[in-house]
Amino acid sequence: MSTALKLSLTRRYRFAASHRLHRPSFSEAENQRIYGKCSNPYGHGHNYSLEVTITGAVDQATGMVANLGDLDPFVERKVVEAFDHKYLNEEVPEFGKDVPTAENICREIYRRLKTFPAARLERIRLEETSKNSFEFDGENGEREQQAP
Amino acid sequence: MIRVTRKIEFSAAHFYHNPNFSAEENRRVFGKCNNPHGHGHNYVLEVTIAGEPDPETGMVLDLKELKDILQREVGERMDHRHLNYEVPELAGQIPTCENIAAVIWQLLEPKIAKGKLDRVRVYESPDLFADCTAESNGSRA
Repeated sequence: MSTALKLSLTRRYRFAASHRLHRPSFSEAENQRIYGKCSNPYGHGHNYSLEVTITGAVDQATGMVANLGDLDPFVERKVVEAFDHKYLNEEVPEFGKDVPTAENICREIYRRLKTFPAARLERIRLEETSKNSFEFDGENGEREQQAP
Repeated sequence: MIRVTRKIEFSAAHFYHNPNFSAEENRRVFGKCNNPHGHGHNYVLEVTIAGEPDPETGMVLDLKELKDILQREVGERMDHRHLNYEVPELAGQIPTCENIAAVIWQLLEPKIAKGKLDRVRVYESPDLFADCTAESNGSRA
């Protein structure tokens, strides 16, 4: 009566970045009303904590869902190097269009990491502060579609 | 349904080595975890039980009983042990947190008399953990 088991691995990464929540198509008053002090024109920053969860069969030869020797440089290259100590609004091209809320940052990180070749990306969890966290596990059907 | 989680900690040594790999391959795949002298971690185990609270007691299960089960099945087996040499359930496996989580699941599942084992989470460090769940458990992505 052995149950089929599912294993996932979660790794935490960190980056510090600044942003400003501001939509040019909104009036100043609207930006203030919606985003409050997050709309301060000079921007502000956070120490982000990013949890990346991957899942897949455990390779019996290594005991691993995926080797951190592969996952760490992939996340470093795709996300940490691109986001760490950057002003997200101006230095990450995708946030020229989308307001860099933590929700949109989650989505963008998911998009950048879903091509990880060694295992399936299951979930992104982003803590913007110790009081706010955000999770994204793909748009409707996205997870099924990317399964091999 | 309610989920109840209990945590215990254990400290243990391990290293990663596959006898079917060459020495060079072991170093390449496992990096510094291949050091044959081993190294250690303060593991944190979180065990989650899912079920309906008993209408008489208001509890899914008695947490004291769960604490005793965790101590007996995991603490006594793994705390202050070398996982490569002293835990028979891990024999022949690389003692990664994935494999440790799966072994702990197998040890605990038959012992949980009230509620159902929902998730075994093993932290190797605050920045790395493995989750083991039942494959069919679609409610928990």
